[in-house]
Amino acid sequence: MFATDLASIFSDALTQAFGPEAVVFAIAAIGLNIHFGYTGLLNFGQVGFMLMGAYGLGIGIAIWDQNWFVSIFIGVIFSLGLALILGFPTLRLRADYLAIVTIAAAEIVRLIARSKPMRGITRGAEGLNEWAGPFQDMTPWQNSTYDIGPMTYTKMQVFVVVFGWTLVALLVVFVYLLMSSPWGRVLKAIREDEDAARALGKNAYWYKMQSLMIGGVIGGFAGMLQVIGKGTVQPDTFVPQITFFAWTVLILGGAARVFSPVVGAIIFWFLLTIAEGLLRLLVETDWLPTSILNATDIGDFRFMFMGLALMLLMIFRPQGIFGDRAEMALDDK
Amino acid sequence: MTNSPTSTALSFEEVPGSKKSDPILTVDNLRRSFGGLVAVDVEHLEIQRGVITALIGPNGAGKTTFFNLLTNFDQPDTGTVLFDNEDVTGRPSHTLARLGMIRTFQLTKVMSKMTVIDNMKLGATGQAGESMWKGLIRPLWRDQESTIEKRADELLERFKLDHMRNEFAGTMSGGQRKLLEMSRALMADPKVVMLDEPMAGVNPVLTQSLLEHVKSLRDEGISVVFVEHDMDVVRDISDWVVVMAEGSVIAEGPHESIGANQAVIDAYLGTHHDSALDFEDGADLLNDGNTQ
Repeated sequence: MFATDLASIFSDALTQAFGPEAVVFAIAAIGLNIHFGYTGLLNFGQVGFMLMGAYGLGIGIAIWDQNWFVSIFIGVIFSLGLALILGFPTLRLRADYLAIVTIAAAEIVRLIARSKPMRGITRGAEGLNEWAGPFQDMTPWQNSTYDIGPMTYTKMQVFVVVFGWTLVALLVVFVYLLMSSPWGRVLKAIREDEDAARALGKNAYWYKMQSLMIGGVIGGFAGMLQVIGKGTVQPDTFVPQITFFAWTVLILGGAARVFSPVVGAIIFWFLLTIAEGLLRLLVETDWLPTSILNATDIGDFRFMFMGLALMLLMIFRPQGIFGDRAEMALDDK
Repeated sequence: MTNSPTSTALSFEEVPGSKKSDPILTVDNLRRSFGGLVAVDVEHLEIQRGVITALIGPNGAGKTTFFNLLTNFDQPDTGTVLFDNEDVTGRPSHTLARLGMIRTFQLTKVMSKMTVIDNMKLGATGQAGESMWKGLIRPLWRDQESTIEKRADELLERFKLDHMRNEFAGTMSGGQRKLLEMSRALMADPKVVMLDEPMAGVNPVLTQSLLEHVKSLRDEGISVVFVEHDMDVVRDISDWVVVMAEGSVIAEGPHESIGANQAVIDAYLGTHHDSALDFEDGADLLNDGNTQ
């Protein structure tokens, strides 16, 4: 009895670890890795880029009646636009300014999207619904559920998982090629010392802008994938918390490593789900009295475990899973 | 080199702002103030091509600010800068670097978390692979990259840093960083190298080797301008000395005559040295402030 419970908790955790949420966060964190890991840009508004991508896609299909390809392109343009608007005034300034502006901008775009005057194109707080139907019918997976090993997904989840991880693989190759090129070398130089890079003839401003745009568009893809999976664009799914999850994913894996967002996302969702499953098991079997933990509080409580895991990571492996401690120690010099 | 340019470079008039036969840098009315403090106010200065020019002056004379103005790391209130007979006033720092004006910094700037060889490769300008789309396609920059790498290795050997090639630059000592910064500057094939206090915080033995390297730059035809406040250091290597004090150029000349120049002695030791203090200058300043 207990063993089967544990087995199902474990397979749930695996399902989540490779599931649609994990893949969305992996992609968002890949964008963030370009910003922070390689260029040193403090972007605390990655969710804003996700929102722009998601709304670009949703508005393209549901409001402007475009086909999928055009709508995806619109999503890309929206995310690029946000990058330009944020980058133009702030990238000439010190790094902190971008941090302040991005965190505010992500909230601003969400509030604009859900505002009444925007109902004409964003449908306000209701969000854009019932536009993903034809798309869902197009996918080759039409059974209601699919089992992949111990993992079980619905048909839309299967699409997001298969398409999403394929996209992740492509992005990993893309980031690897970029960062091992002289272009990537300039980005890292800017991260290390922007003035020195300028003194060596590198247009630091433009490189930072390019980095912000590429990472932003990748964030936009994460947003698109999320709303395709859910079949709806809801403004209130794009809250600041999402950005911090993406940061957690990145820090777990270790910044400036190609695979760290991918592995970080898998571990993040695995830990989150297994913590929830175990807590639920403890409560249901009365090992934990309800006076200590209520079944309804489990959802929040699991984040305390995530926090604990992060703290342990920072103490024992501050460089993240893929990072290099010797490299990290250079900061102190 | 036997026909060192030193012998000819010494024949210019020894007054502030004197004319040079072939100036690489010409500065006119360059002025920069921070609030009420005028940090730099240079009426006219020419820097001769192919020689080592030392820019000296006591602390706070405005040497580093002047450097920053020349390389556009700081923007002047007024004034023009000619580089190689081209007006470069207000050009962004990175375009100046691409034109061949490479500077170093007083607080050495190496990219700590990049390897020494990567630091070096970064110095090369005009790299095709530094454009994003070309960077994605390796065949477009592979050949250039190996040429750059070869040159970087040669320079590392010359500066005796080749044993550090694959180490993180952050693990280097202060002196090694100075050497790395200087050799990295050479990767760009500069016309003029501007060194901001290259000997600061470097032990005497390494200072000697740094000085030799600076001389070798000149012998390759690169113009060198360097900032220093220690007069002894410049004695060995400078062909021409420009002295700044309180933001202005107060004297110019070969180092032999600079040491005896009254204005320079006053600037270093203070005008009122050995004489009764009077506040005439200070009073003038105060009056200026009141009338404005």
